[in-house]
Amino acid sequence: MTELQQKTARANALDELLPPLTNNEAASEAARCLMCYDAPCTHACPTHIDIPKFIKKIATQNLRGSARTILESNLLGATCARVCPVQELCEGACVLGAEHKPIAIGRLQRYAMDFAYARGMDLFQSAKATEKKVAVIGAGPAGLSCAGELAKRGHSVTLFEKRDLAGGLSTYGIIGLREPVEVALAEVAMLTKLGIKIETGKELGTNLTMADLQGNFGAVFLSVGLGSTTTLGIPGEEHILDGLEYIEQSKLDANRLAVGRNVVVIGAGNTAIDCATIAKRLGANQVTMIYRRSEKEMTAYAHEYDFIKREGVRFSFLTQPVRVHVENGAVESLECKRMSLGPADASGRPFPQPVPGSEFLFVADQIVKATGQEKPSLASMLKVQTDKGFIQVNANFETSSPGVYAGGDCIRARGAASTVMAVQDGKLAARSIHERLVARG
Amino acid sequence: MADLSINFAGIRSPNPFWLASAPPSNSGMQVHRAFEAGWGGAVWKTIGAPVLNVSNRYGAWHYGGQKMLAINNVELISDRPLEVNLREIAEVKRAWPDRAVIVSAMVESKPEAWHDIIRRIQDTGADGIELNYGCPHGMSERGMGSAVGQVPEYCEQITRWVMEVAKIPVIVKLTPNISDIVMPARAAVAAGANAISLINTLNSIIGVDLETLEITPNIGGKGGHGGYAGPAVKPIALNMLSALGRDPMVSGSKLPISGMGGISTWRDAAEFLLLGASSLQVCTAVMHYGFRIVEDLCDGLSNWMDEKGFARVSDVVGQSLHRVSDFNSFDLSFRAVARIDQQKCIRCNLCYVACNDTAHQCIDLIAKDGSVVQPQSYDIRANGKEEAVNSRPSVQVREEDCVGCRLCYNVCPVEDCIRMIEEPSGRMPVTWKQLSESQREVTEDWEKMKEYREKMGIHIH
Repeated sequence: MTELQQKTARANALDELLPPLTNNEAASEAARCLMCYDAPCTHACPTHIDIPKFIKKIATQNLRGSARTILESNLLGATCARVCPVQELCEGACVLGAEHKPIAIGRLQRYAMDFAYARGMDLFQSAKATEKKVAVIGAGPAGLSCAGELAKRGHSVTLFEKRDLAGGLSTYGIIGLREPVEVALAEVAMLTKLGIKIETGKELGTNLTMADLQGNFGAVFLSVGLGSTTTLGIPGEEHILDGLEYIEQSKLDANRLAVGRNVVVIGAGNTAIDCATIAKRLGANQVTMIYRRSEKEMTAYAHEYDFIKREGVRFSFLTQPVRVHVENGAVESLECKRMSLGPADASGRPFPQPVPGSEFLFVADQIVKATGQEKPSLASMLKVQTDKGFIQVNANFETSSPGVYAGGDCIRARGAASTVMAVQDGKLAARSIHERLVARG
Repeated sequence: MADLSINFAGIRSPNPFWLASAPPSNSGMQVHRAFEAGWGGAVWKTIGAPVLNVSNRYGAWHYGGQKMLAINNVELISDRPLEVNLREIAEVKRAWPDRAVIVSAMVESKPEAWHDIIRRIQDTGADGIELNYGCPHGMSERGMGSAVGQVPEYCEQITRWVMEVAKIPVIVKLTPNISDIVMPARAAVAAGANAISLINTLNSIIGVDLETLEITPNIGGKGGHGGYAGPAVKPIALNMLSALGRDPMVSGSKLPISGMGGISTWRDAAEFLLLGASSLQVCTAVMHYGFRIVEDLCDGLSNWMDEKGFARVSDVVGQSLHRVSDFNSFDLSFRAVARIDQQKCIRCNLCYVACNDTAHQCIDLIAKDGSVVQPQSYDIRANGKEEAVNSRPSVQVREEDCVGCRLCYNVCPVEDCIRMIEEPSGRMPVTWKQLSESQREVTEDWEKMKEYREKMGIHIH
């Protein structure tokens, strides 16, 4: 293989996994949908997309109408079609699931979205300008959704983003195998066309202040996500790579991402699985995921776990990292301890306790950690009330500071967070903000 | 094992399945292969006057991902020279003495033309002749096909000409493009035909291309009515078949009827037999899947007959005919209500919306606590399959309000989930005919009808 071929093969290794449905596949799958009334798939979708409606529009070949139906409930329909854990949501609730195969809702949604994006369709026109100004902080799914919904209602929205590109985790944090970066950026472009102004390189606390925002805008929506990956507090941690950065590098320039021969991934959530996937697909000889609890407690979705096992990744459960061994500046191994499960802790899961004298070594030349993100780093600085470190909001997504709203991962004090839930937060917060702006005349 | 052989007006065949006169029986080579596959007989594609065909001659109607629920065609009678057809017919008959070889014919409406073609067909050794009075396109414009079948007097006249020279059984094939199918059938009986077959194809236009606005199929920028056949026409065929069985003159003549129109499976075949057909012709299903389908047609029919205790095909013929009636004779006191099997129900709510929007509003959504709930009453923050599935209400019929219309039964996608339960109405059986004879005023005056309902305890909300 030439160097160029090698580079191409490497880049292709993380291409979108599922091929688009062909016209015939989409037509026959759409025909299979029973068109349930008050459908459970719609109920289970956090954004309550009218799923039978958009699927029947595929069946009647009204693809423009199908795409519009999706986007009316969820402006990030193209991202959600790819990243949603559909087994836990719409497809998991499909009435055909019990005795048949559930309808492939995610892939049909992608089919309709691809159709609209490939043609650059303008499916919405913003309402007449209201002269009301809203600032949205953070251009991830919650921020984009909120900004888009407000722009549709004619408000003037400025979206501030600290990174170079908008899209948040869709752009930076989801492996290309599930969502290519182009999809996230196309969504941002579509929302820009609705009239949103995006200012990148603008970070609250650095070159933006709450006081300025509150002074210049009628309302503020905080969609700042979470902080950096949690600290393990073990010797040699500075030699461990951050999982989110690992994914980011694989998306933006896979050829510049150095992947080890023996890679250990710490953690057993969905991000950890993404890191292991990257390592495996970009040439690692051996990839091992280690987790201090057991298989039963791991937070990754069951379908993700199935997937990574098929990729050939090994697992070491009840394993806790204690020290990174480094030789001449290069990682040599990860020292670990065996754990045993004790009584349940505050999270309701059994608390892992070290087994004395059980230390052992994993030979590794690269270690990646994906053990969850810190609570929103801005929460305390913003002087709004918090709940377990997350920003606290009321039923209208308003924080303790009037006119300041929040949504997305930064408010998700309980339960698993997901893109589609962030989109719904943004949508509902936009309604509340709109009511506030309209009420104030 | 059931005996599938038939003797149809003297035409013998090892099973009742014949290729209908159509493209599948266009040549000796095709009929030969059909017989190898097991077909009991074939009605040769109509021979007669010279013709030329066009491309894009077959259109089709597809629905819900299912291909070819119906086909339509503007193909004419055989476009192969008469001599070639006659030679091949003779060859096939010689090679297959136990199979039924029937030749469909259509010529100009002149006695000498008919006399000539009948004699030439008889010279081939064929077992029978079918008179094509049904082709609704191309030939009809030339005064043949359905132009004959739509005028009972013409049917009778031409059949008489044929019978003057016919020495083998003659079947008259009827067109369904007529308001009363009984009329041309009576004409065939009057003219002394030996049998009747029905239905030929229905006039149809398959559709319009929404891209080009052309007619589908497009024949050089134009399109037009063609003959419609296939699964979609079966109910029309069954109705016309039973109409002949119920007509005293036609049924009194004891002429056998060859049934066709949408027969695709042995189940369809059994229904045609039960309503009075004693031979069966198939075309569209063969055009969709090939000659091989005859295996299951025979196998399925034979198994079903064994299960039901029918030894011969003739034992099945007409067994359901006596049940065909009309509204005047239905029991107005008959009552059935829909009942939903909660174990089988998948909660698609299709019965609910059908009943609530378009029927009698007697299906409720019932929450776990037993209360009646409205659709879409969940919280906007609901999230995930657990809640969606676990909080989903059940669908229940309010049987006291159910008029037993059977719409929910028809829309339910689950086998045996909704059943129509016969419930005693507590009223004496009475038909509309009896009511209009015994209490005429009730059938003519709404006030009297209200009184009658009150007295009988009939409540329709």
